[in-house]
Amino acid sequence: MSLLNVNELSINYPGSPPVIDRLNFAIERGEAVGLVGESGSGKTQTALSIMGLLPENAKASGEVVFDGDNILGAPANTLNQYRTKRMSIVFQDPMSALNPYVRVGEQLNRILIEHELVSEDDVDDRSLEMLQLVGLPDVKRQYRSYPHQLSGGMRQRVMIAAALIGRPELLIADEPTTALDVTVQSQILGLLRQLREKFNTALLLITHDLGVVAGNCDRMLVLKNGELVESAPTREIFTAPAHPDTKAMVAAAKRSGMHPHTRKRPTDEQPVLDIAGLAVSYSVPGERRSRRKLEAVRGLSMTIAPGETVAVVGESGSGKTSLARAIVGLLPIQDGKLSLSGKQLKGQVESRPNAVRRELQMVFQDPVSSLNPAMRIDEIIIEPLTIHEPDRIKANKRELVTGMLQRVGLDERLSRRYPHELSGGQAQRVAIARALVLKPKILICDEAVAALDGSVREGILELLRSEQEQSGLALIFITHDLATVRQISHRVLVMYLGRVCELSDTESLFMRPKHPYTKALLDAVPIADPDVGIVVLSELGEAPSMMKPPPGCVFHPRCTYSVLRCGDDLPELQDFDKTSVACHRATELDL
Amino acid sequence: MSVGTLVTRLSTEMRRSRSIRLSGGILVAIAIIAIIGPFISPHSYLTTDFDGTFVRPTVNSFHLFGTDDLGRDLFVRTLMGVQVTLLVAIIASIVSLVIGVAYGAVAGYVGGRIDAVMMRAVDALYALPFIFLVILLMVVFERNFLLIFVAIGAINWLDMARIVRGQTISLKEREFVDAAKLIGVPAWKIIFRHITPNLLGVVIVYVTLTIPQAILVESFLSFLGLGIQEPQTSLGALVNGGVSQMERASWLLLIPAVLLATILLCFNFLGDGLRDLFDPRQQSK
Repeated sequence: MSLLNVNELSINYPGSPPVIDRLNFAIERGEAVGLVGESGSGKTQTALSIMGLLPENAKASGEVVFDGDNILGAPANTLNQYRTKRMSIVFQDPMSALNPYVRVGEQLNRILIEHELVSEDDVDDRSLEMLQLVGLPDVKRQYRSYPHQLSGGMRQRVMIAAALIGRPELLIADEPTTALDVTVQSQILGLLRQLREKFNTALLLITHDLGVVAGNCDRMLVLKNGELVESAPTREIFTAPAHPDTKAMVAAAKRSGMHPHTRKRPTDEQPVLDIAGLAVSYSVPGERRSRRKLEAVRGLSMTIAPGETVAVVGESGSGKTSLARAIVGLLPIQDGKLSLSGKQLKGQVESRPNAVRRELQMVFQDPVSSLNPAMRIDEIIIEPLTIHEPDRIKANKRELVTGMLQRVGLDERLSRRYPHELSGGQAQRVAIARALVLKPKILICDEAVAALDGSVREGILELLRSEQEQSGLALIFITHDLATVRQISHRVLVMYLGRVCELSDTESLFMRPKHPYTKALLDAVPIADPDVGIVVLSELGEAPSMMKPPPGCVFHPRCTYSVLRCGDDLPELQDFDKTSVACHRATELDL
Repeated sequence: MSVGTLVTRLSTEMRRSRSIRLSGGILVAIAIIAIIGPFISPHSYLTTDFDGTFVRPTVNSFHLFGTDDLGRDLFVRTLMGVQVTLLVAIIASIVSLVIGVAYGAVAGYVGGRIDAVMMRAVDALYALPFIFLVILLMVVFERNFLLIFVAIGAINWLDMARIVRGQTISLKEREFVDAAKLIGVPAWKIIFRHITPNLLGVVIVYVTLTIPQAILVESFLSFLGLGIQEPQTSLGALVNGGVSQMERASWLLLIPAVLLATILLCFNFLGDGLRDLFDPRQQSK
């Protein structure tokens, strides 16, 4: 008998089509099953219905049979016999899943006491042991920390500890690594696998990232609009997907890793943007009224040619977004110079002349929040022109809007809609249209595709690429997703704690990374191929706080290759054939 | 534009909310009767009739609500009181709306030192005992219809400014404001085109909740004899007059008091209903 049997499960909300439609699947003891699908396909709803956590207005029918008993719609006290002891869940956002007012250790203790898992005297020991098992450093101290004092990766480790503390037979992990950096993601996935083997726990891993499933799951379930379209062993899905949607998903996942774009990098006479020694810092209100300085970007120099795409990558807190916001003038510059087509940019955006403002545009991460909810799509697209070229829109506003919508691949009927009526991909296209209507020289995309599903993401990247070919637009593409980088960029800038690690041609970066940090980032990317598996960088740890950057080379505390000198001297950026690297050992290391 | 969406959204959502439907319906009905009523009734609000004082409410001779100590028709006087009360409420709300939204949005958007100064000014005004100030004004400048509006509006805009400022601060962090800066929208236009339309939900809710407050202040002033001047009247003044005749002619107190309470309750329910409507947690359902 299977551990979990889901039979004919349907979930309805009043007034909308079913989110899950007659779903059937089973999970055996100790088996790892991946549940994949695009957002809105019903993955999370399935997980919630198994745990009995559906909202009250949801109507679920069918059966969820756990070890022989149907627990769908069971009362809370029955479900509590199963939760923690027999099945557990880990959510995407560890911060909102932990109680911010309760110390981490206490939260684990409460679970133990509530479920009477161990005697009162052993509670502390058991919690400490569990925190140790999930690889929390300095366990005694972390035990007494509040959730906000931990980093995202550490919080997720605590969540996993909380989920596994009752040694459940089934663990549901709902996008457990989506909110984390790739380097941390690989560590968390490694941890999950290790603990699963130790306790022989069955795993239902919910994700939109096929790379995550490939190395971690025995079997895969593919959901599409609430229906199960395919269920097969992982290897089979990757080698011979049967359903057309699965085929498209697998193809997209593989393509992103394998097909680099091969256009030649334009090396023009005059760079469109010249950044020299840029420094950006914030003052952070610290303890005891002392205002401390957070140096988000330090000593950054590079040039960008017209028609070129430069990707900026790094973990969260590396200063990518600060760099972008400083270039467009949303953040003040502490030091250094910015020149646009040879002319120096002074001050923040409000004090720049309109003729300069229009040259630098930005597309933001969250497409919905970057569009004014109170304005119609046509008003949003036309607004830049009302400021810069009011004469032009008087005569032919309609044609301009229609033209722009067509250019970004949207139906002209959308022009009278409001942002909340659009999907994420459509909204991002509108945001791009608004930026492009001014014909800027530089477009900065700050995680512009991070919030979008695979196929939608491809479409947006294709749009940006074709716009670039037509207009010689320079793109600065900020992302934490290396797969996207390879598809779109000519050059890559790798940042770590506000410093440049490596600035390199895309292909040589992927083929021959010169900086140990670049290498670590590349190794951490989950590859959508079940035969490759996952490299676990357990020794890498997590990035230190930007408030206290280490002396010397900022990466040296995490670097496996560090020597004595790395802790003392700051490495300069040295030029090589197709790359510049800031590492003392760049010449001798073969990564 | 934005007002359009708001209206369409309001009208569709309103149909679902019982409290909004009911309280809104009652208010509209009362307002219509208050406007039409005096034309239908054969009586006027200031004609005295010393042969017919303290007539009980009766259909005969169309004294629907009876007459008062001077023989004036209470029906017409009550409707006039409703008119004045609603007018006070609406004008006071408009004053608080215009000043409060503009002040709060500017302070919140500009931020920094200007914001600090502007908000300390609000704090200072808060510290003044307004009711006593109004009473003093009334005594010094004679009783004046306009002065009541100004005084009540001046109390209410302070709260409005604080609420709007708070909302503006959270709105200006949103990416669409950054985007507007990048495309070159000047600051004043960002405030009025990008920030204020998104405040409308909160503002509408808050206005419906300040209306009863304004009505109460007006009633309180009238009750103290500092509000509307005879022979004009408001619900507060009528209640005041009714109290002194309470034992002899209870309807003089009861009818205006019940009407006043109904209007206040309806506005409160309307405000609550609207607040639920604009609560983002409610929208997700």
